[in-house]
Amino acid sequence: MAMVAKTLKRLWSLVVGLEVTGKEFFKPWLTVHYPRQQVGNLDTYRGHIELVPRDDNPAIPRCIMCSRCQDICPSRCISIAFHPVENGERTPKPLWLNPGIVSPGSHGAPPAPERIERVLDRFDLNYSLCSLCGLCVQNCPVAAIRFSRHVYFCGTSRQDFSIDLLERMKRGNGTKPHPE
Amino acid sequence: MIPTMLHLLAHPFIRIVIALVLTMAFVGVMGLVLVYAERKVAGFIQRRPGPFEVGPHGILQSLADAGKLVGKQLVRPFDADPFLFWAAPILSLAPVVVCFLPIPFGPTLTGMQINVGLVLILAFSGLNTLALCLAGWGSANKYSLLGSARAVSQSVAYEIPLLLAVLAIAFQSGSLDLTEITLTQRRSVLSWNVWVQPLAFLIFFVSLVAETNRAPFDLPEAESELTAGFHTEYSGMGFGLFFLAEYTYMIVGCAVASCLFLGGWEGPVADGHWWFLAKTFGLLLAMMWFRWTYPRVRFDQLLNVCWKWLIPLGLANLVVTALVIKVVG
Repeated sequence: MAMVAKTLKRLWSLVVGLEVTGKEFFKPWLTVHYPRQQVGNLDTYRGHIELVPRDDNPAIPRCIMCSRCQDICPSRCISIAFHPVENGERTPKPLWLNPGIVSPGSHGAPPAPERIERVLDRFDLNYSLCSLCGLCVQNCPVAAIRFSRHVYFCGTSRQDFSIDLLERMKRGNGTKPHPE
Repeated sequence: MIPTMLHLLAHPFIRIVIALVLTMAFVGVMGLVLVYAERKVAGFIQRRPGPFEVGPHGILQSLADAGKLVGKQLVRPFDADPFLFWAAPILSLAPVVVCFLPIPFGPTLTGMQINVGLVLILAFSGLNTLALCLAGWGSANKYSLLGSARAVSQSVAYEIPLLLAVLAIAFQSGSLDLTEITLTQRRSVLSWNVWVQPLAFLIFFVSLVAETNRAPFDLPEAESELTAGFHTEYSGMGFGLFFLAEYTYMIVGCAVASCLFLGGWEGPVADGHWWFLAKTFGLLLAMMWFRWTYPRVRFDQLLNVCWKWLIPLGLANLVVTALVIKVVG
């Protein structure tokens, strides 16, 4: 008798299961229907890094070209090119910092202010190497790098993941529609 | 000229050929519809849209999948037995077409009305087990072999309660002809056999789910344990035929269930094949609902349900039915 009661109870649990899935069937979808909808809350999303513009001029990055990010990057995916400007005149050839050599002073205090002004030419990110560790973001002395909210980032070739972040920043860091 | 042609069309052989051709078309279309329905049901139960991109609301998705399956290369493992390996998918689908012949879709819409229709269906649907066995043996793959061993023991076990449930109905109606069994339930909805024989209906439906290797009894192709069971090594249309056969056996089973228990083409307002199709579709949707509700059972549980519950209950039901018929009739 007890066995029959137990069996009936278990059979009833099957009905309960059907009731649960039957109710779920008629409820609205929970998934984000990607090409037609996009996910909303991206505050905690770590996209590829992007440059932060100056507060007073959105066309100029905060970056002071100290190259700490380039030195600390374990994947060597950042390369920076800049011009020193002396007395208002640019030297003809851009200076590329050698990523193989850790520049002196880059792991201590922020670099001493120099007489030579620098103008950033390129801030290249090879995103296919990046592991999103965030060391560059943590170690930037002027908070010039942050993670983007670029969720729907896709490409069809390796070159699509080599990004000039300076140019991207000038285009509004993805807030404006792409010119293409 | 025209009377001669009509006379020719009325010939039983021509009728069977026409019925077989129509059945093939029906099977193909229903395969596409059911795959789509299955995926939509799965999606809705899991609160997602299911297939959506091919055609409006993804309605052409299964057509695209069928095209993909037809286009794929047929690969045979090096050690596999070529004859058995390729015979298995054909043997899986071919007999099921015959199973449609004695099913009465409407009052006159029957391929071949014979007095042993039920036996014919049970005999030909049993061949599927042989096909799964050949597929498992011929693939030279341990997953396939395990899958087919499971398929055989499961089919052998569940055929017994299935037959016991069918037998109770056959006792009651005194016929093995599906048309006649349908006609015995024609008075009203309350004279459907499901009200007279609820236990037999339950046993029949559970055994049907197990016989068609559907979840929660899909152990022959348990993907978490056996990659894909008996059809692990099949690609393209080899797999496609197994897939189509599985859905076709589902249709046959649900069609027989609606004949035996739900009054076939008989319905409250207007009799006809739409009632038959509606009942069959209802049962098919219930099978999909089960699939996306219950987790897969363990193999000992599967056999325990059969040998310890369904067969004793089926026998008891049969004895009671026989006694009642003896006393009342």
